[in-house]
Amino acid sequence: MLTIENLHVAVEEREILKGLDLSVNAGEIHAIMGPNGSGKSTLAQVLAGKDSYSVTQGRVLYRGEDLLDMEPEERARRGVFLAFQYPTEIPGVNNAYLLKAALNARREADGEPQVDAFEFMRLIRSRMELMNISKEFLNRSVNEGFSGGEKKRNEILQMLVLEPSLAVLDETDSGLDVDALKIVAAGVNSLRSDDRAMVLVTHYERLLELIVPDHVHVLSDGRIVKSGDRELARELDARGYDWVQQEAASA
Amino acid sequence: MATEQKEITDLVKRKYEHGFVTDIEQEFVPPGLDEGVIRLISQKKGEPEFMTEWRLKAYRHWLTMKEPDWAHVRINPIDYQAISYYAAPKSQEDAPKSLDEVDPKLLETYDKLGIPLHERARLAGVAVDAVFDSVSVATTFKEKLAEAGVIFCSFSDAVKSHPELVRKYLGSVVPHRDNFFAALNSAVFSDGSFVYVPKGVRCPMELSTYFRINAANTGQFERTLIVADEGSHVSYLEGCTAPMRDENQLHAAVVELVALEGAEIKYSTVQNWYPGDEQGVGGIYNFVTKRGECRGANSKISWTQVETGSAITWKYPSCVLRGENSVGEFYSVAVANNYQQADTGTKMIHIGANTRSTIISKGISAGHGQNAYRGLVRVLPTARSARNYTQCDSLLLGDKCGAHTFPYIESRERSARVEHEATTSKISEDQLFYCRQRGLSEEDAVNMIVNGFCREVFKELPMEFAVEAQNLLNVTLEGAVG
Repeated sequence: MLTIENLHVAVEEREILKGLDLSVNAGEIHAIMGPNGSGKSTLAQVLAGKDSYSVTQGRVLYRGEDLLDMEPEERARRGVFLAFQYPTEIPGVNNAYLLKAALNARREADGEPQVDAFEFMRLIRSRMELMNISKEFLNRSVNEGFSGGEKKRNEILQMLVLEPSLAVLDETDSGLDVDALKIVAAGVNSLRSDDRAMVLVTHYERLLELIVPDHVHVLSDGRIVKSGDRELARELDARGYDWVQQEAASA
Repeated sequence: MATEQKEITDLVKRKYEHGFVTDIEQEFVPPGLDEGVIRLISQKKGEPEFMTEWRLKAYRHWLTMKEPDWAHVRINPIDYQAISYYAAPKSQEDAPKSLDEVDPKLLETYDKLGIPLHERARLAGVAVDAVFDSVSVATTFKEKLAEAGVIFCSFSDAVKSHPELVRKYLGSVVPHRDNFFAALNSAVFSDGSFVYVPKGVRCPMELSTYFRINAANTGQFERTLIVADEGSHVSYLEGCTAPMRDENQLHAAVVELVALEGAEIKYSTVQNWYPGDEQGVGGIYNFVTKRGECRGANSKISWTQVETGSAITWKYPSCVLRGENSVGEFYSVAVANNYQQADTGTKMIHIGANTRSTIISKGISAGHGQNAYRGLVRVLPTARSARNYTQCDSLLLGDKCGAHTFPYIESRERSARVEHEATTSKISEDQLFYCRQRGLSEEDAVNMIVNGFCREVFKELPMEFAVEAQNLLNVTLEGAVG
């Protein structure tokens, strides 16, 4: 599904990712953990196509094709979804409108017919229930005046509707209370399937108790320095990151 | 962000879709202006003596006036002697009695503009008084309106068939001495629309006029007068497009609205005149005086405008709130793209007690466009407990354009409450990236964000106009990015 080879990424001359390798197969969930500033969010943004990052070396293949060569909207239409850490507010544009436009863009790329308002409502109703989102929420402006938790739930709602092949969740757990975290996790788990891959970027282990990853990677100073399974996440939670960094330094 | 800049540049370059010229012989009065020309215009139109005198009085006053220069716009000098002050389509000689008799080329022109007159009129239930250049050539739904007692006709007709109404109300809101362009208009106005809604009548349909400038070197001097008698209600729509031209064309219209006790007038404009090319060559000068007077108690006047066209726009649809409890509203979207300049806003003059006004202004600047909001809220000592709320938002697309806000507040009454809020924003990179990550093209994303920005104004437009306005905005700004 996703192959990242020797990825180097810089922002304004400063190198942030320094030779990152990662391989994600369909059906797998990978967690990327690491201290602040290790490059986790940079990785998420680069996969989604944010153009303020420049890739200086390496390549990223998505289903065998060069992902970095695609415009952000092309990636989205081919099934790459980023749940944003800080979803942006768009005043005056209602939530339902954006979501329907996004769904239709995806369907058009897949050669499927456009959904009308009726079908759209039918399609999102159960997903809204799952995310504990009320109907009036659809008529509010995108993310405007949303609480932190509402923004994150909205991201997951969009993901459920768009049914991506590769979902990247950037710190979706940050700022959530326990109840909201459970709702978000239920949403994510409902989307687990053999033909879909997910990358969870987080620095808290608690999310991974609810969404159990197949692989856990530690990102430090722009590289993946240790990989393991969910036990690694528990160990990090108990011991912090220092020991991994020291291990990496001495290796 | 070099790629972003390039995209902005590409996207802003969008040709004017309505640029074509209809090949129809025009009947001109030769260029130039003196008392002889004014008498000739008046005579050609078969006007009564009082109209001729009224025009001459305005002309003599105009001669004493100077072109104003206070607006935030740069204007090439206008040679008023080079303008031809009257043009009529030749087929006017034997005026058409129905659409079938209308010159097919005229109908074709309307078709190109997306105004299939007969169909549109029937489907939408809209009466269309189409102005082609200076003379009305087709008017529909007259009978239905006549049943309700509503008078909706060309100004020329009104002067002949309802001289008492014209005489009573013409110049009563915008006197000929009001300003330079209003004086000029008063002297030479060619035609326009006249509406009278009698007491207690709710006009059975939206009234609509399409303007079009088509003759080179022909100034357009429309004159519109709408009178809503006590307890009546009328909604009037005005929309414009113009063919592509290199010369700057002056348009100095005057619109007067009179709302008597308990009456309501809603005046909506979608304006898409030729704005000039990407270098700022050509385009229409749109210097318009629009003013409504809430003359009676509990009356209401509401202006809604979507201004996407013209090289230079200079207009301030205003409300004089004379009657107690009267209400004035102004909802505006103004776009300045390429080298367009817009200096627009409103004036709310509170005279009566408990008068209320609302101003919602949305300015969008792109390319090298300069967009200024200029608004006056004046509260006189007689306006006890008057209230005003002003919200003035600017959106910038790109980094070569400008947004300016000039609010004037003059309150001479203690119990009055005047609020002003203003914001300036850009379409952020984050907003665009967010939409694109959801699969929208950059262009669709910009359209969506801009339309969201304008939503408060669009929702004031009649439904069919709102859709048109959105499309127009998308065409005008296609892809301008900030």
